[in-house]
Amino acid sequence: MLLGRTANGLYWMGRYIERAENMARLVDAGLRLALTRTEAASDEWASVVLSAGAKYAFDARHPEYTAETVGDFLLRDPGNPSSVLSCIEMGRANARMVRTALTRDTWESINETWMLLKKLLAPEIDQRELPSILDKIKRQTALIRGAFHGTMLRNEIFDFAQLGIYVERADNTARILDVKYYVLLPSISWVGSSLDNYQWESILRSVSAHRSYSWVYEGDYKPRNIADFLILNRRMPRSLAFCYRMIAESLELLADDYGERHTCHDTLDEIRAKLQPNTIDRIFEDGLHEYLTEFIRCNNRLGDEVAADYRFF
Amino acid sequence: MAAFDEMRPGDAGVRQPYAGYDAWLQSQDPSRLKEKMLDAETVFRRTGITFAVYGEQEAAERIIPFDIIPRILSGSEWRRLTQGIEQRVQALNAFLDDIYHRQEILRSGRIPRHLIAGNDAFLPEMIGVRPPAGVYTHIIGVDIVRTGENEFFVLEDNARTPSGVSYMLENRETMMQLFPELFQKVKVRPVEDYPQLLRQSLSAVAPKGVNGRPTVAVLTPGMYNSAYFEHAFLADQMGVELVEGHDLRVIDGHVAMRTTQGYKQIDVLYRRVDDAYLDPLTFRPDSTLGVPGIMDVYRAGNITIANAPGTGIADDKAIYSYMPEIVEFYTGRKPLLGNIPTWRCSEPDSLKYVLEHLEELVVKEVHGSGGYGMLVGPTASKKEREAFAAKLRAKPGNYIAQPTLALSTCPILTEAGLAPRHVDLRPFVLVSDRIRIVPGGLTRVALKEGSLVVNSSQGGGTKDTWVLDD
Repeated sequence: MLLGRTANGLYWMGRYIERAENMARLVDAGLRLALTRTEAASDEWASVVLSAGAKYAFDARHPEYTAETVGDFLLRDPGNPSSVLSCIEMGRANARMVRTALTRDTWESINETWMLLKKLLAPEIDQRELPSILDKIKRQTALIRGAFHGTMLRNEIFDFAQLGIYVERADNTARILDVKYYVLLPSISWVGSSLDNYQWESILRSVSAHRSYSWVYEGDYKPRNIADFLILNRRMPRSLAFCYRMIAESLELLADDYGERHTCHDTLDEIRAKLQPNTIDRIFEDGLHEYLTEFIRCNNRLGDEVAADYRFF
Repeated sequence: MAAFDEMRPGDAGVRQPYAGYDAWLQSQDPSRLKEKMLDAETVFRRTGITFAVYGEQEAAERIIPFDIIPRILSGSEWRRLTQGIEQRVQALNAFLDDIYHRQEILRSGRIPRHLIAGNDAFLPEMIGVRPPAGVYTHIIGVDIVRTGENEFFVLEDNARTPSGVSYMLENRETMMQLFPELFQKVKVRPVEDYPQLLRQSLSAVAPKGVNGRPTVAVLTPGMYNSAYFEHAFLADQMGVELVEGHDLRVIDGHVAMRTTQGYKQIDVLYRRVDDAYLDPLTFRPDSTLGVPGIMDVYRAGNITIANAPGTGIADDKAIYSYMPEIVEFYTGRKPLLGNIPTWRCSEPDSLKYVLEHLEELVVKEVHGSGGYGMLVGPTASKKEREAFAAKLRAKPGNYIAQPTLALSTCPILTEAGLAPRHVDLRPFVLVSDRIRIVPGGLTRVALKEGSLVVNSSQGGGTKDTWVLDD
């Protein structure tokens, strides 16, 4: 038995902590490019902000895209609801609300992360410290994930948090792919060709997949392979297919436990049908941008349906 | 004013209850103890054992300072205390039942009628209502002070929503983490089963007609409440839901909570929301913390609310001064635990005395709590006393006064080593078909040298409280 409000808190706790980590990864990827390719730094930072879905809010606050302005905005600006600091604040507030549903290890890891990052991100960021700050953020979120996976009973409590984590992650991966691909891919004829473009690496880096990509596809950065990897590869933990494997697992278990299927289960089937293996060529034929836009829309709809079906409000 | 030190009174050496602990303490390296003190703070911060101080924006979440020197009571001291507490708690429940029914104590003239009729804590809505199992105050935290070897007094009966029990439990947990070897040497009675006892106690007073195991829930005003940590902690430890007003709704004559699978009936509600906010249809209409219609369900006998609405009339500071009479009236025996002499400023003679002796007295608001709005005469400045005297003259009925007691002291660990500080004690009592008192309680300590105010909101700290198994 679980309160609807608690399910809601767990879901958003999962989403916010996942988002905090994703923000740190995005900045990390941007930093990497800025360090190696100084001539394109400003463009890269702009694309980081676009991937974060925060262009409008950013433009209202800063005149130009630099490591300083973007880093500040995405990591520590309390006025940006998706900054790492805001996410940790919200993630912890939700965790505190559902404190009774969490193991002591999970709660303490979140609370400790909140204390540490609040202090870490309070002063303006010294650019020399940026790598170590990003490292600490990633380490803390990894600690939370470890405590969560290592100690939580796999019951409905786990499921609602897991749904939040993977709905957020899927949204994040789809957005990065959409922004980068849309900007980078000049024409459809490039799809099969091999590109020596540091930007491709940046995509992979922002989802921490530059090494694993090489293992799976042996080297060359090909748009088709990168898309296949991030969308359809079931073994890649940030791909859309993987996220939906996890979402499906939780939603199916909830349906079994409660003995009831809802609208969100229909949407789940609909989305999974579009994530079948060996369909990457068709996705390109129909238009990758259209595919991703539709995915992001369905993913959001699933989140709303979960909230309504399980009485979050 | 020389205070009684519970560890080393005068030059007589260490008192017996502290002998075992002292032997251990003497063998400790002082610098290691200081390290442990810092460890304790880290534990509390990480666990999130915090409380909010109203009116302090920046320090929205603070921890209550914890001192690592335990406060120790012998088994026989404890037995004497518990007998007095049981008697008092029985009287409190009998008083509440009487005051909401036949009002015999008023007819007998032992308590003036105006104290009840004109009192905000008295709820006319409760007249003639008998709670399930006849229990009004289920959870009580009796504040006790000590002034000598055998002198214990009740300072306050917290009969509505006493807080602090989570600190009793966490303080013990922390001590056992910091000094595991110490608990091998000194046999301390455990307090850890309090949450189970609380759940049993609440289940035992479920409404008649509940089939199977009653569904219990804790009602909190929400995470911005100063005691939210405790609400969450207790729900968690009992294994019950922590609900807020907007999770609840009255359905078919019962209170139900919104779950992921629809609405589910609640039988017993341990509420940490004040009477005034409990039901917007009966009490404050602007309240969003309560449940519209819950009082109708309650009057129909379909839910247990703990503590019962209207219980506050029993721990009102104006009623407090009549507690010796109340105990005698309902138990037929003299109180085993005494009251502190109290002047009711509503009485002209008393008011005159209080105004003439302000520099010796502690003056409290009748309806105040948490150490807010009180005057400690001996430590207040002349200006503060004059300002307070004006308030007293304007509304004498709002105040009571008590002598400044030489509260007993217990050592705390300071930068300069051990130093005595004033303490009080709040044992926690559970009432259902029987009375249970967990051997221990919350010891609050005034951290400032010479200070007599132990409230956490006024810079007080806490200590682990040991009852020895002897």
